[in-house]
Amino acid sequence: MGQDGGSDESGSDCEVKLVTPGESLGPAGDRTLGHGVGRRGDSLIATRLGYVTEKGSEVTVMPVKTAYMPRPGDLVVGYIEGMRANIWFIDIGAPFNAILPMSLAPGKVDFGATRDAMDVGTTILCRVQEVDESHSSVVTMKGMGLRKLNSGFVDQIPPHLNALVIGSKGTMIQMLKEESDCRIIVGQNGRLWIEGEPEGVRLVRDALEIVRETGHAPGLLDRIKGLF
Amino acid sequence: MKMGGYGDVQMIDENGKRVDGRGPGDLRPIEIEVGVVPVADGSASIRWGANYAIATVYGPMEAHPRKISRQERAVLDVRYNMAPFSTTDRMRPGFNRRSREIGKVTSDALESVVQLELYPRSKIRVEIEILCAEAGTRCVGLTAASVALADAGIPMTDMVVSVASGKINGVVVCDLNKEEDNFGEADLPMGVLPNTGELVFLQMDGDLSQDEFQQAWDYNVEAAQEVHKVMVAALAKRYGGVQ
Repeated sequence: MGQDGGSDESGSDCEVKLVTPGESLGPAGDRTLGHGVGRRGDSLIATRLGYVTEKGSEVTVMPVKTAYMPRPGDLVVGYIEGMRANIWFIDIGAPFNAILPMSLAPGKVDFGATRDAMDVGTTILCRVQEVDESHSSVVTMKGMGLRKLNSGFVDQIPPHLNALVIGSKGTMIQMLKEESDCRIIVGQNGRLWIEGEPEGVRLVRDALEIVRETGHAPGLLDRIKGLF
Repeated sequence: MKMGGYGDVQMIDENGKRVDGRGPGDLRPIEIEVGVVPVADGSASIRWGANYAIATVYGPMEAHPRKISRQERAVLDVRYNMAPFSTTDRMRPGFNRRSREIGKVTSDALESVVQLELYPRSKIRVEIEILCAEAGTRCVGLTAASVALADAGIPMTDMVVSVASGKINGVVVCDLNKEEDNFGEADLPMGVLPNTGELVFLQMDGDLSQDEFQQAWDYNVEAAQEVHKVMVAALAKRYGGVQ
């Protein structure tokens, strides 16, 4: 989103304007098209429901909800959805299931023993290794920290709000971790893994609810600080 | 209301007042609420006269069954369903010829605005549930579905607004109610894109002369603008911001 949580800390009181799909955003002129913006004749239109922002000459509509689109290198929280003798199918919250080949699984797995290693419903922390032109993706569990998530709790936010949860230079997530005394991992697909005492987990969930409901409006940091 | 039979029922008086007190060009009251089904990616409920419908959107998601997926674009899987209790005669649950037809025309109308090419090989599931039916449920369902799609953040070039006009006792009127639909002479449901005025869906039942057709068309296009305002206001109410 390129916001890096900047908007919430700048404390600017500029009001955000909600636009609906098809709504005109004025004449195109020299303006460039950002996310969620299309062209109809000589004028620009919003192609999503969201908040319009104009930075320099670029017009962008920050959508209220988005689907996660995987990119190579993304750290994601996934669920095992199915398997064959040598691969798993992983739900990573994208419009298409990812595959996890046996060769990229943690440790040694025998051919035909995929279910014994990780059964349907298992939550895993994995990294997107490859995405091809037809959006098929491959994930890997070989790498530092990539593992089965046997404990803790997973919550979900729209993936485009990830930047807000992390905050600029990680300030927001650092504050959440310190205040709640929880371990938190932010998956780029908008799924967050939280582990800690029940009160801490509840605090993080409350904070995420605020992000989901009012993440678009300025002053997010103050609202979340109000929880502690 | 007691009705004699086809053709001999007076449904509009000499002053142009209809059975429910509306004028020929008036809509029934409309209320839309967004986000009524929290577990869905997008949802909307709509009250349109006595009609009550809920539309939900899930996805884009992996296309199942695999054979329906398309290599170059997403598919819209629209299901229209009337609850058994939605009509005075019990509606037999499950698929029927009518629900299949309405699901298909709704899907065709929405396909012209949803940017399906952005999500190849996936599926967007739209479910329309009619909880109370009082004429014009296909229009109500289509309108609710476009609000739910917008709520789900699906990229679209416009929102589809659907309204039906028709003819009763030789007079063209907008937005038929139950009696007018059952005992009227014609019915013209249309799907209009409010920002461009383009037509994406049209069906006709009964006969209209060229002038009557034009009048019904004008009523629908005009009413679509009004309904669009309600849709936008409902989305603004849910998501705040300046409108």
